[in-house]
Amino acid sequence: MVTGKNGDGGAPGVSEPAWVRYLLIAVALGFLALFLLLPLAAVFVQALEKGWAAYLGALREPDTLSAVRLTLLTAVCCVPANLFFGVVAAWALAKFSFPGKSLLITLIDLPFSVSPVVSGLVYVLVFGLQGWFGPFLQVHDIKIIFAVPGIVLATAFVTFPFVARELIPLMESQGRDEEEAALTLGAGGLQTFFRVTFPNVKWGILYGVILCNARAMGEFGAVSVVSGHVRGSTNTVPLQVEILYNEYSYAAAFAVASLLALLALVTLALKTVVEWKIRQGFSVGSGEN
Amino acid sequence: MGSFGRKNRVLPGFGPTLGYTVCYLSLIVLIPLSALFFKTVTLTWDQFLVAVTAPRVLASYRVTFGAALLAAGVNGVLGGLVAWVLVRYRFPGRKLVDALVDLPFALPTAVAGITLASIYSPNGWLGRYLEPCGIRVAFTPLGIMVAMIFIGLPFVVRTVQPVLEELDPEIEEAASCLGANRWQTFCRVIFPTLLPAMLTGFALAFARAVGEYGSVIFIAGNMPMVSEITPLLIITKLEQYDYAGATAIATVMLIASFTLLLSINLLQKWSRRSAE
Repeated sequence: MVTGKNGDGGAPGVSEPAWVRYLLIAVALGFLALFLLLPLAAVFVQALEKGWAAYLGALREPDTLSAVRLTLLTAVCCVPANLFFGVVAAWALAKFSFPGKSLLITLIDLPFSVSPVVSGLVYVLVFGLQGWFGPFLQVHDIKIIFAVPGIVLATAFVTFPFVARELIPLMESQGRDEEEAALTLGAGGLQTFFRVTFPNVKWGILYGVILCNARAMGEFGAVSVVSGHVRGSTNTVPLQVEILYNEYSYAAAFAVASLLALLALVTLALKTVVEWKIRQGFSVGSGEN
Repeated sequence: MGSFGRKNRVLPGFGPTLGYTVCYLSLIVLIPLSALFFKTVTLTWDQFLVAVTAPRVLASYRVTFGAALLAAGVNGVLGGLVAWVLVRYRFPGRKLVDALVDLPFALPTAVAGITLASIYSPNGWLGRYLEPCGIRVAFTPLGIMVAMIFIGLPFVVRTVQPVLEELDPEIEEAASCLGANRWQTFCRVIFPTLLPAMLTGFALAFARAVGEYGSVIFIAGNMPMVSEITPLLIITKLEQYDYAGATAIATVMLIASFTLLLSINLLQKWSRRSAE
């Protein structure tokens, strides 16, 4: 049942004695069970603690429904915008060489290394009451911070690099030959992109979109800073979970959290499928999808 | 070095795509980040130092960076073990476990936060057994460390796995032929090859843990001087309208993040070089 990589029972020189193997596997799986499986199970068990009726009732609460609507709205705004940016940036950075290219790639990765709270803070500094545009916005009665636009902007910042950093290495490794060939055959720029480049990178795009969406829907720290935490209007699903938990409505909090946990599981499943497809594409050869 | 215009580019669309890239990047990322810098320089040097070295702030650095370091250490060792087990051994459910390792990446931080808090709270699934033994996890720095272990778990596994997969079995066989036993082979042949990847994963987990908010905030006690993390301190200052103080501390965190980012890039370069 437990074998070494090459299926051998364990040639003495190149693999461990069986007892070592069993021990290592036990420790590794125990660690993962403690830190991964237990929390995952806990979400669903605690969500259903009061039974199905209470679970569905918690999900149908008006505040929860408006939180779901706001989360969906945020995702619908941020994911396509960052997708478009990712594709455009990957074209500019992968198909051409120019001075400053690696600096630009590093800058695109910046949001990854910034704490979510700091991400929210910088938008408060720009659009908040004491911020750069604060007085201007107040005069014109435009609300950005503590309102929906602020939430969308902060989420866009946090999910900024996902599609780009998937596509740039992918398009770089695919080179320019096929596009140049298409041009010599008379294709225009957009034609070349849609009929030559896009089929090669479609799984990479999907992968980036899946990750971007998961982060956009689940972002907590950055949104917490820019949101007004007003129930029913400026709460996303993660913020709603926090509110319910802090007022001791544990079953309801976990019921709403279970939605996000299900989203996470779907994300993992889709991610695994797309990874498999990408690996397939490399072994068969690009352009033969 | 020719100018952009003079170079003969075969593929079309360079100008518009580069222009859009730089514009969108500036609007969403660079200009807002620069607001942090501009706000910070409105403070005098003394004001800045007072803001970032106040006792409460220093305590929050100790808690945040200390817990992150320990958590990344645990992840470094056990994550490396998980990667070894996933690459080297076959057992039922291996593929499922492999996919699940990415759960901390996919699970929203607030969900992780409330779940860990409830599991380790005094009457939670694990808390009820740990409390009588005197191990207090919830609302202590130990709880912060547990949350950070969860958050950083995939980093080391995912950086070590590719290196392990590329490892040439011939090298181990050669060592064995030359008389090394399995432990010696591991210590002197395999481990040094894995070290750059493990350190990279460690640094990534550390960087993520330091900035983490949602997963930690529920299980931490949030008591100033004892179990308050730096991101929470920033939010507290914001709520008190102390924008300058919040910005100063955020600048410190940003500098720490960039330093870590630089180290990670250097580690990755070392890792790539030693793999050749």
